[in-house]
Amino acid sequence: MNTGKFDAIVIGAGPSGNAAAYTMAKEGLKVLQLERGEYPGSKNVQGAILYANALEQIIPDFRDDAPLERHIIEQRMWMLDDTSYVGMSYRSDDFNEEKPNRYTIIRAPFDRWFSSKVREAGATLLCETTVTELIRTESGRVIGVRTDRDGGVVLADVVVLAEGVNGLVAQRSGLRPELKPDTVALAVKEMHFLPRETIESRFNLRGSEGVVIEAMGTVTGGMSGTAFLYTNQESLSVGIGCLVSDFKTGNAAPYELLERFKTHSSIAPLLQGAEVKEYSAHLIPEGGYRAIPQLYGDGWLIVGDAGQFVNAVHREGSNMAMTTGRVAGELIVQLCRTRSDFSADALGAYQDRLHKTFVMKDLKKYKDIPNFLHGTKHLFGTYPRMMSQAMQTWLRVDGADKREKERQIVGMVRSSRKLTGLLGDAFRLARAWR
Amino acid sequence: MTVRVEDRLFNNRYVVDSGRPHIKVKPHTTPSQALLMLMRICPAHCYDLNDRGQVEVTADGCLECGTCRILCAETGDIEWSYPRGGFGVLFKFG
Repeated sequence: MNTGKFDAIVIGAGPSGNAAAYTMAKEGLKVLQLERGEYPGSKNVQGAILYANALEQIIPDFRDDAPLERHIIEQRMWMLDDTSYVGMSYRSDDFNEEKPNRYTIIRAPFDRWFSSKVREAGATLLCETTVTELIRTESGRVIGVRTDRDGGVVLADVVVLAEGVNGLVAQRSGLRPELKPDTVALAVKEMHFLPRETIESRFNLRGSEGVVIEAMGTVTGGMSGTAFLYTNQESLSVGIGCLVSDFKTGNAAPYELLERFKTHSSIAPLLQGAEVKEYSAHLIPEGGYRAIPQLYGDGWLIVGDAGQFVNAVHREGSNMAMTTGRVAGELIVQLCRTRSDFSADALGAYQDRLHKTFVMKDLKKYKDIPNFLHGTKHLFGTYPRMMSQAMQTWLRVDGADKREKERQIVGMVRSSRKLTGLLGDAFRLARAWR
Repeated sequence: MTVRVEDRLFNNRYVVDSGRPHIKVKPHTTPSQALLMLMRICPAHCYDLNDRGQVEVTADGCLECGTCRILCAETGDIEWSYPRGGFGVLFKFG
């Protein structure tokens, strides 16, 4: 391996690592990026939705050549019970704009594209290289990494840990604790291929318009979790995820939940005839603000999923990954230029700067949501059933008069959840949402 | 509901690091609750009982999610590392 010292080493070539490496390499820093997969993206899994804004701030003209699937013009939110869904949709022609706001993407090709930009900017990328540990001085300062390549010690002024949700390198180096089962969700996903025209007619789409469906309800069998179906150009991304702590106490296997979702009467017709080409699984950090580990120290910074930067309520993560990577990269460039050291004091500005962005503001706003979701399992059973029964009672025309219908609905609501329980959940949600 | 996860893994691409599994189950006589749980929760169904009633791992189909490591963090039942560079699952889509 070409040793020699680098200005910065970036561990990982996902959205956060690529954002950091690109930002630094573009400004002339000597950057080494290490990726354990055969190619960037080969270890990465996401739904996946790309929020343009975060990437625009790094590569403004990304739309010219990035492998984008469909721009999203419609969002469907479904509350499922076993045979029905109660839904809300928003579709707007306004999303057919010159520079669309949200796209579906497929991560392996997207990450390869992003990585090609990083290399064009001048960074050195080494794939098939797993970082085994950080090299630290006696005082604890990080000065480089050890890899599983022969003689693989590489030194740098600063190391950016963009290693993803598992955060194993940071853990093994004592920079952070192991993840807790109630702060991560396990999601499984399949890629279903269909002809373009079939997708467009099934989902009421023209050209590269896209639809995303987010669903929750009895499909997770009472566990805190959500399912999704995203339209790509010639495929559908279908997945479901639940908190690891809920899998622990539940009785279903992840692929059984996926099967339940795929065979739901509202989903099955959308997938009919598709060819499945991949099955994947991945953890999603969902602990929110309270689960964020120490983000910086002497000679190191943590960005992306490794820092728990995911907004589970809004299904945002890759935008936070790119933003944290960019902010880290910008700070390192500045410290290099001013010939500052990379002490914890200097790198602490990273956290201060994040607090001024939507990343920390949003995570802070929803800091109590994870606890609310853990404590309110009715969201994944009682409430979806109640809503469905109420709708069905209201819509069926069967000779009962409308006052009688109203009485039936109120009676049904009362029998499924005590009024105090309902009000309590509403109150706790309002308080967590504030 | 019976779902054969093996049929799903069949579509995936792997480069198996023969003889160097990245997950090891610590030797035991009677499996802990945490180990038994992995037979159900592992999304690639890598864990199963052998004929002596011990939990074994066959990591060839591992999707590298890390769930088993988190579930066994307290008991220390398993050792989990990233596979050597270039080995393990290689997602075509991800």
